[in-house]
Amino acid sequence: MSDHDYRPKSKVGQWFNDRLPLLTLANHLTDYPTPKNLNYWWTFGGILTFCLITQIITGLTLAMHYIAHADMAFESVEHIMRDVNYGWLIRYIHANGASMFFLAVYIHIFRSLFYGSYKSPREIIWIIGIIIYLLMMAAAFMGYVLPWGQMSFWGATVITNLFSAIPLVGEGIVTWLWGGYSVDNPTLTRFFTLHYLIPFLILGLVILHIWALHVPGNNNPVGIDIKKPSKDTVPFHPYIVIKDGFALLMFMIVFAFFVFYAPNILGHADNYIEANPMVTPAHIVPEWYLLPFYAILRSVPDKLLGVVAMLSAILILAVLPWLDTSKIRSAVFRPLYKQFYWILVADVLILGYMGAMPAEGLYLLIARVATAYYFLHFLVILPVLGFKEKTLPIPLSITEPVLGGSPNLAAARSKESKIE
Amino acid sequence: MSEKKTKRRDFLFTATTAVGAVGAAAAVWPMVDQMNPDASVKALASTEVDVSSLKPGNTITVLWRGKPVFIRRRTKEEIEEARSVKMEDLIHPEKDEDRAKNPEWLVMLGVCTHLGCVPLNDKGDYKGWFCPCHGSHYDTSGRIRKGPAPLNMEVPKYEFVNANTIKIG
Repeated sequence: MSDHDYRPKSKVGQWFNDRLPLLTLANHLTDYPTPKNLNYWWTFGGILTFCLITQIITGLTLAMHYIAHADMAFESVEHIMRDVNYGWLIRYIHANGASMFFLAVYIHIFRSLFYGSYKSPREIIWIIGIIIYLLMMAAAFMGYVLPWGQMSFWGATVITNLFSAIPLVGEGIVTWLWGGYSVDNPTLTRFFTLHYLIPFLILGLVILHIWALHVPGNNNPVGIDIKKPSKDTVPFHPYIVIKDGFALLMFMIVFAFFVFYAPNILGHADNYIEANPMVTPAHIVPEWYLLPFYAILRSVPDKLLGVVAMLSAILILAVLPWLDTSKIRSAVFRPLYKQFYWILVADVLILGYMGAMPAEGLYLLIARVATAYYFLHFLVILPVLGFKEKTLPIPLSITEPVLGGSPNLAAARSKESKIE
Repeated sequence: MSEKKTKRRDFLFTATTAVGAVGAAAAVWPMVDQMNPDASVKALASTEVDVSSLKPGNTITVLWRGKPVFIRRRTKEEIEEARSVKMEDLIHPEKDEDRAKNPEWLVMLGVCTHLGCVPLNDKGDYKGWFCPCHGSHYDTSGRIRKGPAPLNMEVPKYEFVNANTIKIG
């Protein structure tokens, strides 16, 4: 590794770096050899970092004006919207920023699924990613409770009641979570505290996520191991920094569209009605990014099993590196997996749509089929496919498919067939 | 290295770890228990309600411990319907006689036992209550008949203080 050879040019730099090698770290991050064939689907890591920092900055500023009390929370949010200088802008960025964060994370996850980025030797990166995703859902849910509108209150009631499905201790756990006999002021204040804490936990995990990434290096669209540094890599700066920056600009256009032209389109009108423990809104629907899991919850007619199915749908992702038995990473060389991949994408979108519809009749039936297929994909299709699928020959290097007739091609092919 | 010395070390390690674990657990408990309902929440344990204005077929909803409580003065037909149901038709078998001591008055928590929404009055397939969140149907005794909820709506502790006043809790 070139890291160890690095030595700052200036005397002061050397003096500092010998005591705390921050400059070595900075040098590692700029020189970090990156596969040169990374496409735009690889820019979402940078975009997600931007989302996290945006949420932390806007969240800190909102917390300076928000009051976490059941009697005042709703009014304090209106106060932010009407009285605080640029309060409307900061709140709309924060609220829509959550949606943008999830949009980016779903693209990031599905990129990993397509190119097999979760496979050996990147399992730890993947599992840390799943933990970050779980924490994101917890943070988003608790954040949604803070404005203390009708959806906040009843969303909190329904989600916390999921724990009552646990046999014997369930009711006790729910009372403990609430700090009372219903969702009320004690619930609000603790949710505010945790909502404030979680982003910093995520930040810590993001650092681990990147650290774990920098050990084996990036996967790439071809999905093969590459030598680093080599003809197949480029330094992170300026190549990837500029590419990430351009993608971020495109992403910010979408972000700005929601903030300035449709700030409430992803929310629910019911949340502009103050929380009322006596009346449940006619349709309780979670935010769009939780809908697929909500559909799974509702498609099981038993309370406990519904909760178990919903949690399993998320946790099953953590063991994905071992459920997928194929040694080939990229779907580019897996003709069958590629088709099942797109079916899964459609399946999750269908689940999301069914989660927004009332749980009855045809909707319920479709949701049940889609739920069954979701688990079938991970528990049956993926393990079997690794053994049955006839994969396409993979190139020896990133350069090879670009240049076509590489002199090594014949050698590479014969070597590969020996492995098989 | 003698056998005896190793054993002494082991004992010290085990004893230190055990004391440390007990100490850590003792320190964690207050942090966990502070989240349970506090004294001020528990103090709001009972509510008195004047029901003199209720006519048969009417329901009022009152707040008790932050939760809605339905108080319904049932009609003759509703009582008959609730009492004529066979036990084997029920998901959570409970006799109406046990749920409503005074048959005219049904007092229960207006909280769906599925995920805690407030069911709607006079709705659903069994003319009792219907939960709009996930489609649970309750009968005129507040018993679950259809849908994902596992239990009947809970009857809290209550008593008639006098002919017109119910004390809940």
